Amino acid sequence: MSVKLTTRQVGDVTVVDAEGRITLGDGATTFRDTVRDLGNAGNKKLLLNLAEVSYIDSSGIGEMVSGFTTITNQGGQVKLLNLTKRVKDLLQITKLYTVFEVFDDEATAVRSYK
Amino acid sequence: MADQHSPAEVKEELESTLESVDHAEELVMRTAREMGFDEDQQHEIGISLRECMVNAVVHGNRYNTRKKVHFTVSHTAERLEIVIGDDGDGFDSNKLPDPLAEENLLRQSGRGVLMMQAFMDEFTVSRRDPRGTEVRMVKYKTKSE
Repeated sequence: MSVKLTTRQVGDVTVVDAEGRITLGDGATTFRDTVRDLGNAGNKKLLLNLAEVSYIDSSGIGEMVSGFTTITNQGGQVKLLNLTKRVKDLLQITKLYTVFEVFDDEATAVRSYK
Repeated sequence: MADQHSPAEVKEELESTLESVDHAEELVMRTAREMGFDEDQQHEIGISLRECMVNAVVHGNRYNTRKKVHFTVSHTAERLEIVIGDDGDGFDSNKLPDPLAEENLLRQSGRGVLMMQAFMDEFTVSRRDPRGTEVRMVKYKTKSE
């Protein structure tokens, strides 16, 4: 039930394909550790592909925001790709849609990084 | 299958663990499915239930094994009600920071109540006697505008 994260490189952008649930406990912790490790390893252009994420709770959202802040403070960028309607609704309710850059197309997203 | 329908009311005293959150979610989701809530409504109920249970276990009871989560789910044909109480110190919901305020948007926590209010038709917080907090949430199959 927890989240599965797979990373791949597209040019200098690191795409994180997420699958499953990002919730308090394993899911949110895995997510936080992965983003932190990527940042520490020098990957500062992160694109989170949430197409296969079925469920995010407030802890999961908190980890996304935390990851965004950490990477941004390191001079990097975190953007979101392929939100499901439910995740999009959640980001709108919490006004985070105004914080994250969101894309529906991977190529366009990758090109958007400075 | 008809004889496997959830009873009109289930009342349980649960341990202050994340396993209790999963257990409560299973009970509530089974009831919501049987009542005929659509998938989006089930998702909204599921998220609200988890947020509320996590608040009770983590913030209310602080995982204290001596403290219980007082859980009730009840339903009629059109109305699902969830009541979750904890044995914690209580809190004033009016004093919670506004998670939609510009200065709070990047805070890591504090969005759970907002999500429950958005997804459920009724949401009330009260003090439990003799201690703790009780949250009551209701979802109607068809909400009158």
